[in-house]
Amino acid sequence: MTPTRRQTRARVPLPLLLPAGLGLVFLVLPLVGLVVRAPWTTLPERLTEPGVLTALRLSLLTATLATVLCLLLGVPLAWLLARITFPGRRLVRALVTVPLVLPPVVGGVALLLVFGRRGLVGSWLDSTFGISLPFTTAGVVVAEAFVAMPFLVIAVEGALRGTDTRYEEAAATLGAGRWTTFRRVTLPLVAPGVAAGTVLCWARALGEFGATITFAGNFPGRTQTMPLAVYLALETDLQAAIVLSLILLIVSVGILAGLRGRWIA
Amino acid sequence: MRRPSSILAALAATALLLAAGCGADAGGEPAAGGGASSAAVSGDVTVLAAASLTESFKQIGKDFEADNPGTKVTFSFAGSSALATQINQGAPADLFAAASPATMKTVTDAGNGDGEPVTFVKNQLVIATAKGNPKGISGLSDLTKPGVKVALCAEQVPCGAAAKKALDAANVKLTPVTLEQDVKAALSKVKLGEVDAALVYRTDAKAAAADVDGLEFPESADAINDYPVVVLKDAPNKSAAQAFAGYLASEKAKAVLTAAGFQAP
Repeated sequence: MTPTRRQTRARVPLPLLLPAGLGLVFLVLPLVGLVVRAPWTTLPERLTEPGVLTALRLSLLTATLATVLCLLLGVPLAWLLARITFPGRRLVRALVTVPLVLPPVVGGVALLLVFGRRGLVGSWLDSTFGISLPFTTAGVVVAEAFVAMPFLVIAVEGALRGTDTRYEEAAATLGAGRWTTFRRVTLPLVAPGVAAGTVLCWARALGEFGATITFAGNFPGRTQTMPLAVYLALETDLQAAIVLSLILLIVSVGILAGLRGRWIA
Repeated sequence: MRRPSSILAALAATALLLAAGCGADAGGEPAAGGGASSAAVSGDVTVLAAASLTESFKQIGKDFEADNPGTKVTFSFAGSSALATQINQGAPADLFAAASPATMKTVTDAGNGDGEPVTFVKNQLVIATAKGNPKGISGLSDLTKPGVKVALCAEQVPCGAAAKKALDAANVKLTPVTLEQDVKAALSKVKLGEVDAALVYRTDAKAAAADVDGLEFPESADAINDYPVVVLKDAPNKSAAQAFAGYLASEKAKAVLTAAGFQAP
């Protein structure tokens, strides 16, 4: 590995280097804008405002819970799509990506129509268990999971399709059941794919805005996550919005960079 | 793949229908008074207007275009504060109509207004409930009853500031389930049945009369919102912008605004 890597470093073709550099600048420039315009002098007092920590804590909590939910449901779904041939598989695969193309606000409306008080499932949940998801922290988790799950499913499915099924076949010939094979052979094989999908999924959940504000509403401490706090701060106080955005960015980039070093080589 | 795309189209269409649910229902009477402007104006006019002006301004825009051939009015409706932020960040627009003087002040203070803002209408809050008022709400104090879910606008936007004023005047301590980002979002939560009541402008309740009832309450007199309009300093089409601002005082425009539930200034 090392020699080839060194070789690519030696001669980077210009047609690749130029657009790569431009791409990087394009992605990083808005971040520079935030840093430059941040009110550095008043930063300490703004950071200690009680609402900021509340929103940050809620964001981290809901994004993590949503990711766990996505893992529990998304990995099996990805396995099903990658390993089992069934009629309508292509359709199912396309349906999985619906939340990717759906504008999140529309996703939020759709969630209300299903899980809302008068929704298809929601009215039953309400009358049977007294559970109502809109305007609750659980509602935030649902909205985030809905929008973020495709990222996980696509990443894991891709990893599964890329692995050599002969390992699984070998396990089967040695007497392992499908569940054991999945746990002991398949899952370790696709661990990097799962990790990458998890990171993407978490990041998407953390930044979720449209579906959350539509489905879960906006109430400090309960459903007001950082992106919502940023949006409302923008209504009156641009500098506060910049500070909130910076915090969210620093925390998320810090966490992602930390995980990346450890999990994904 | 035809299937998934047609499903997507259907989903999108449903969502669109939902979003358009409150659509402009023809501003009625062909209005007697002629508002023909003196100087000939032409070209595109971009009007940034408070969300609560959506229905009436669309109608007035059509009338203006008909009376001034060669003009084309383009609207951007959003929360007043969001629009003010856009203007102060250099959004190219000709005219700004806000739902509160405080929001207008952020634009004029930043030196982005051309001349003094003029108040052209007033608006008042009502309690919007589901059609038929199933929870039997008769005043502000009923909103604190157990089992009554209420949506308010966030304090950062004019309708939220007005709601706070009215609630303070009535000495009612209310914990809403959500603080929405603009008045239309609060209203849509009532339409969808997710909340039992919301404090919205009379005009919004009127525009959604098919789905909601608007209940007048005395304390709203303490929180009347003036709607100021100003031509922007950097307006690309200043003459047409001035013509449109003047047109708002014409009999034809007044008739549309009154029919929508606005009061004369």
